[in-house]
Amino acid sequence: MSLYAFATQLLTQLLELLIALALAPLLGGWVNVCRARLQKRCPPPLLLPYHNLLKLFRKDVLLAHNASSLFRVAPYLIFSCMALAAALVPTLSTELLFAPAADAIALVGLFALARVFIALAGMDVGTAFGSLGARREMLIGFLAEPALLMVFFTASIISGSTSLATIVGTLAHHEFAIYPSLAFAGVAFTMVSLAENGRVPVDNPTTHLELTMIHEAMILEYSGRHLALIEWAASLKLFAYSCLGIALFFPFGIAESTGPGALAVAGVFLVGKLAVGGFVLALIETLNAKMRVFRTPEFLGTAFLLAVLAILVHLLLEGGR
Amino acid sequence: MNPLAWLPTLPGLPFAGQLINLCAAIMLLLAFAMLAQRRIVTLINLFALQGAVLCLSTAIVALSTGQSHLWGSALITLLLKVILLPWILHRLVHKLSVKWDVETLFNIPTTMLVGIGLVIIAFNVAQPISEFAGTITRATIGIALACVMLAFLMMITRSKAVPQVVGFMSMENGLFFAATSATYGMPMVIELGVALDVLVGMVVFGVFFFQIREKFDSLDIRHLEEKTKQE
Repeated sequence: MSLYAFATQLLTQLLELLIALALAPLLGGWVNVCRARLQKRCPPPLLLPYHNLLKLFRKDVLLAHNASSLFRVAPYLIFSCMALAAALVPTLSTELLFAPAADAIALVGLFALARVFIALAGMDVGTAFGSLGARREMLIGFLAEPALLMVFFTASIISGSTSLATIVGTLAHHEFAIYPSLAFAGVAFTMVSLAENGRVPVDNPTTHLELTMIHEAMILEYSGRHLALIEWAASLKLFAYSCLGIALFFPFGIAESTGPGALAVAGVFLVGKLAVGGFVLALIETLNAKMRVFRTPEFLGTAFLLAVLAILVHLLLEGGR
Repeated sequence: MNPLAWLPTLPGLPFAGQLINLCAAIMLLLAFAMLAQRRIVTLINLFALQGAVLCLSTAIVALSTGQSHLWGSALITLLLKVILLPWILHRLVHKLSVKWDVETLFNIPTTMLVGIGLVIIAFNVAQPISEFAGTITRATIGIALACVMLAFLMMITRSKAVPQVVGFMSMENGLFFAATSATYGMPMVIELGVALDVLVGMVVFGVFFFQIREKFDSLDIRHLEEKTKQE
């Protein structure tokens, strides 16, 4: 690789990371605005998540007396996992520096690492709600992960590679064809991302009732900059999942080069697609009620079933093309 | 002379094969949805939807291959499985007032996993058959077989009479689909005969439901087993 190509790929990679860090809270704010409008409530300001983050960063950190060093390290670890995950997903261009280093399976591993640490931190202080949330999070995680892997395998079989950049490149360029397998995988992916991001059919992100909390229950003990990092990481996770969905199922408009013009066009496409995606998420959350915690295995079992069917249907109907 | 020969054909219909594959995939999805459905009214609606998809795919095959007798099959499917049978079933459920939750013998995720196993078996069994078939729909034989087996599984796992009958009807859907995909449908006489059989079967089942309920105050067929054990 020439030095010039290296430099442009590094720059593109950094640009993607910066865009993810900057836009992730905005996506969360946009979903909240859409949801409030759909429910005929007065919407909160679009930039409210930024104000919240700023406020939390300014505040002092209060630690429980029996909090171990793991409790203090976990927010930084979770944040860096999510930032790296958001950087790994090809959002603007498929020519990324990190692309050969990590594939779809490594991405699932990164999410798993963050989940393990947030669950450990939730149990660390020893409050009842913390361990309750951690157990529920692990229950959802261990059911959602195989389904997510199966979705990635479907896309990998279609494009012949587990590297995300190659998958997106292949899917963005094949001639128009109806892929029933991709439709199944898309529905499965939507269900998994709703569960993984603590969205309405599984968990309510705005709940104040501790008994029904999953994600919120784990981070009840956090305050100040630790809480800010965790909230930012949660919005980065939502951003990464949205970008993954866009990259796998609606990849048109992504740049294949690192030229500034192509990147600008890809950026416009990305913002447009994210706005639509956020609206769809708000619509799903408005139309559905939160289900009982013990119904989630059924929900995620259905997602796994759809993902496996996607692979089977691809092998049978599309002849493993 | 074929009386339906005047109907349109479009031999070069673009994406015909892909559209049929899409219909097949939706049929399979609906079979799983029926397997997992707890509520009886939704179950009947899903059955009607499966009939509609079957009708659509038969119509696409007829349009793209010029097999005009398939238009007749599509029409029978539409009249019988999308309109008449769901209507009779809805009426029965209403008259028997059995809009309760369907109770299943196994829990639903387990049934789904067994279903995935059945689909894999069906695909493997259908592989050699589809290599010999020369139709554009040959890839869907596996899916048709899977639909038959899933409907069979539904009949096994349900203990109430109405879902079992819906499973039976859905099995007939799968068989019909298999016939269309393997050989462009059975001869008209056989198709009419099967359609009539299903209709008569439905009427007999309807009478049967009332008899079971009058005897046992419930549509749970496990009461029948106890009855035979006592005698």
